[in-house]
Amino acid sequence: MHACQQRSYRQFVVQRPGFFSSVQDRGRFGYQRFGVPVAGALDPLAAALANLLVGNEADAALLECTLLGPSLRVLEEAMVAVTGAAMPLSLNGRSIPNWTAWRVRPGDELTIGSAAAGCRAYLAVSGGLAAPPVMGSTACYGGAGIGGHLGNGQPLASGHSLCRWPGIFVTPGRTVPPAHRPDYPTEILLRAIPGPQDDFFEQGMTTFFSSPFTVSPEASRMGYRLEGPQVSQKPGVPASIISEPSFPGGVQIPPNGQPIVLLVEQTVGGYSKIASVISSDLGRLAQAVPGNRIRFARVSLDEACRLLAEQKERLAAVAADLDLQSAAAAETVTDPCTARFAELYPNCLP
Amino acid sequence: MNATLYRQPQFRVAGDRAILMELGDGISPEIHARIRAMLIALEAAELPGVVECLPSYRTLALLYDPLHTSFNRLRQELSDLHDRLAAVTVPEPRVVTLPVCYGGDLGPDLEFVAAHHRLTPAEVVALHTSPDYLVYMIGFTPGFPYLGGLPEALHTPRLTRPRKRVPAGSVGIANGQTGIYPIDSPGGWQLIGQTPARLFDPGRPSPFLLNAGDILRFAAIEREEFTALTTTTPT
Repeated sequence: MHACQQRSYRQFVVQRPGFFSSVQDRGRFGYQRFGVPVAGALDPLAAALANLLVGNEADAALLECTLLGPSLRVLEEAMVAVTGAAMPLSLNGRSIPNWTAWRVRPGDELTIGSAAAGCRAYLAVSGGLAAPPVMGSTACYGGAGIGGHLGNGQPLASGHSLCRWPGIFVTPGRTVPPAHRPDYPTEILLRAIPGPQDDFFEQGMTTFFSSPFTVSPEASRMGYRLEGPQVSQKPGVPASIISEPSFPGGVQIPPNGQPIVLLVEQTVGGYSKIASVISSDLGRLAQAVPGNRIRFARVSLDEACRLLAEQKERLAAVAADLDLQSAAAAETVTDPCTARFAELYPNCLP
Repeated sequence: MNATLYRQPQFRVAGDRAILMELGDGISPEIHARIRAMLIALEAAELPGVVECLPSYRTLALLYDPLHTSFNRLRQELSDLHDRLAAVTVPEPRVVTLPVCYGGDLGPDLEFVAAHHRLTPAEVVALHTSPDYLVYMIGFTPGFPYLGGLPEALHTPRLTRPRKRVPAGSVGIANGQTGIYPIDSPGGWQLIGQTPARLFDPGRPSPFLLNAGDILRFAAIEREEFTALTTTTPT
């Protein structure tokens, strides 16, 4: 199956889809008030770094691979890079490093293996993946059957094609400096801001910020259920709240006292929320797998905003470093797809 | 429950990208009207850094870009808008009428709901189609309306065993709520009928049939009309 659009190119044929691989971008904004969650890449930092490696805008569409990546046959020459969870990458059976831009050629087979650390890896390709936008985004959201490579919310399946837009060819070997590569430990510290229902908790607040929790098997793009000591509400406060909008990072406390950290596939909730994980730490949670240990540390709203600004600056620093690596090699090549397109349609450059 | 409007809105922090503005302590048409007026004022104000505004029962939530505005700045701007709400003109709500075919295989629980209340199925349909329902908010699934106004005589507990698949368009009752499933999904509501209208269609220029603030009416149709509407509805 393939649904390539005008001016896009069939880039890969899926040999094996992996465990759950879906096309994502920065998310679908503007429709949460209609019950459509943002979806999008769960680890925005790793996704942005993959895109920057191959010369794309940081929020271009790419492939999010979960636990076990896909095996893809290459149809067009392109630059590719894989970041995020430590899933071993191989090209025609030969191991190649992650966090690095590689050139692939027609007939190559690119295989992304099983995660040794972390949960989600990102495959970016020159030009960005081409998928039919649904309500302004290509982010795959299975719950409503929208987005993804077919536009219908399906993840990859064997025999499907992935398409890409024309792009540029950056210098092969461009790599994210090791100091800027996140590690994916099994014990994770998440910083969180109390609220919105912090006034529902007293002793529970102390429990929440001082106890270790374990990631349960119920961990998905919608949210992560944690197991640990019971986080209790103050006596006398209602067991649920009047349903209100919820956002990624919100930590719901259902009546059993076991926290649920919401991710990107929920818009409304009726449980009280003790705290919200800060934006710059959400990707770290999305890299956790069942059995990992989670602790929460309390931070202020000002501190959270400072950390978010810092993360943005670090990303800009990596982008600048990558540009320097390319400048040193003095090679940015025109995408052969773009050249072929120019030959075919001389008056209609993409 | 007696819901009261707050004199001054209360603000809550929902992480580093969202502010919650609470305008009352419960669910009531008055609190909803205040939310709606606030939303209109807010959309006209075009505050910098605001990404999305989400109305709900008693809370207006704003998603913002913390690198372009701040919680404190938004709290001040929202308070100022709230002080001037009396000057905001709120248009009459839109009235949407949804055709529903009640009972049979399209409403497999109609008989149960009727028996539960010692009514005939026709009386249940008459009661369900009588009120003007208020769309308080949309959420849970794309296009799902949280409706107010279900007659007390129809309040019915959920199914003891939820269905694995409820078809899109199904109209149901759960306790004091009635609603319509916009997409195929699992569900535990008592199903009394089905509408051929599509509440969510991502291919339409306006993907959603309903918006918070609309008035919704149900109109009973026969099976033949349901079939005709289903086959003529563009897919």
